[in-house]
Amino acid sequence: MSDLPEDLRYTSEHEWLRQEEDGSVTVGITDHAQSALGDLVYVELPEVGQELEVGEEMAVVESVKAASDVYSPISGLVLEINVDLADEPEKINIDPYGDGWIVRLQSPSNIDSSDIMNPDSYQAMLDELEA
Amino acid sequence: MPFIPHTENDVKEMLATIGVSDIDSLFDEIPAELLIENFDGIPEALTEMEISRLMHSRATRDGSPLSFIGAGAYEHHIPTAVWDIATRGEFYSAYTPYQAEASQGTLQTIYEYQTMITGLTGLDVSNASLYDGASALAESALMAVRANRRTKSKRILLASGVNPVYQKVAAAITGCQGLSFDRLPVDKESGATDLDALSNQEAVVAVVVQQPSFFGTFEPIDQLTDWAHAKGALVIAIVNPTSLALLKAPGDWGTEGADIACGEGQPLGVPLSSGGPYFGIMACQKKLVRQMPGRIVGRTTDLNGNTGFTLTLQAREQHIRRSKATSNICTNQGLMVTAATIYMSLLGHQGLSRVALTSHRQTANLIDLLTQIDGVELLFDGPHFHEAAIRLDHPVTSVLQALAARNILGGYDLSRQYPEFGNALLVCATETKTQADLDNYASSLQEIMSEQKVCDV
Repeated sequence: MSDLPEDLRYTSEHEWLRQEEDGSVTVGITDHAQSALGDLVYVELPEVGQELEVGEEMAVVESVKAASDVYSPISGLVLEINVDLADEPEKINIDPYGDGWIVRLQSPSNIDSSDIMNPDSYQAMLDELEA
Repeated sequence: MPFIPHTENDVKEMLATIGVSDIDSLFDEIPAELLIENFDGIPEALTEMEISRLMHSRATRDGSPLSFIGAGAYEHHIPTAVWDIATRGEFYSAYTPYQAEASQGTLQTIYEYQTMITGLTGLDVSNASLYDGASALAESALMAVRANRRTKSKRILLASGVNPVYQKVAAAITGCQGLSFDRLPVDKESGATDLDALSNQEAVVAVVVQQPSFFGTFEPIDQLTDWAHAKGALVIAIVNPTSLALLKAPGDWGTEGADIACGEGQPLGVPLSSGGPYFGIMACQKKLVRQMPGRIVGRTTDLNGNTGFTLTLQAREQHIRRSKATSNICTNQGLMVTAATIYMSLLGHQGLSRVALTSHRQTANLIDLLTQIDGVELLFDGPHFHEAAIRLDHPVTSVLQALAARNILGGYDLSRQYPEFGNALLVCATETKTQADLDNYASSLQEIMSEQKVCDV
């Protein structure tokens, strides 16, 4: 059973989004995703100032057994990247919704679009995956 | 692992299990119009006896000429022990084994090889090798583009002395991925890159410098490296491993060192054998290791505290990342690497230095002899490693043909690739050439030059 904070939104690619008070959006990967990947050893981050399209490769998370792309769930400008992940990629394993955040985006679009799920819908999707 | 063949019944059973009628239907997703029934121009099969006879007669045509051709592949003495050991059953395979960790000896050999290559290049990490020097440049260029995205450029700038064949191969391999290669002009006096051409260069993702250059001359590596880094570009060094016993290692070029080094590994114990198989060398600074294609063997400690060897950083290889892998043409040349590792072990640093120094001296001696001939001059001033360009006062082709008739391969005809140099010929003498060989070449050339001069008149 993975942890799903109520205030976040989720994607079918196992990313989470948080609408910040200043209008920016923080993105990371879900507890389910980190647990499926196993111990992370490396995270490749985008450049600050980079413009991302929906579905564009945003980051690469690498564990000892796989390297997976993280796709940008919304379009927007990269405002900030979690530089701590360079030396401590395990932060994603330990605290995927907190210290393990990946990027903060400035996005013109509302995160509550049709492709973005609330915790219940995402949980339903996970249940289906496990069934 | 024993070889277990499939019986007809095994095959039937397996097909029945997955509900498929025959083996061909496993491939039915391939459109019928793409299947070729007959290959035009491919003759009927020959028997083993016939093919063996044919190949022997073709091999004899090569003869055993006295060769003064370098231009990327170099004839060096290979101690007999190298291939005696490399062809032992335990080593004799072209690949890293599928159950890699079950073959600790193979992994240790690759690990030792990587250690030696990092020692020669002065860089932090080496992979287990690539196909050859030219494809290693292509992979280095792709790696630079992945690692240096902030330049938003896919333009690679080549120093003037990069092997022209490497440029062609790299452009062919990477062209569909949008990489382009531009070459800096050569200084006609020194045969090195013209540094004046560096001003007003547009953004580049990487600068490639070959040392020694294709012409055997020396590039201003420190200036080129520092200039590239100041422009935000990575530096890719193309090196001859033999020369690194004497020359500055790529890791020490300029203020920060080259970022990636690649090159042809053939001089390290691999015979010329009509052009291959050879192997590509590739090494880089640690910060780029995750962008390096190919296999990397690491040393580790097992549960019982014993030292062991393991494939490492595999997560970006093709069997895991598929189309997103760092490369999909990164089969290493395991057997060539085994020979190279044994070659380097037998020679040691001192031995390799002596090979490099003797080759350098023999080339200097050859140049002294050849430039005494009327109508022969050195093309470029300044020092050379084990190769130098000379200019003749009449066409190179006819001279090379006349030398070949005397069983001498006189060098690489530069006039085809570089018509601007005139009748230019690239000659090379390694430690395999004796003083008598050099005298033979010089006296033959002298006779041919004077004969042909009479004909010209």
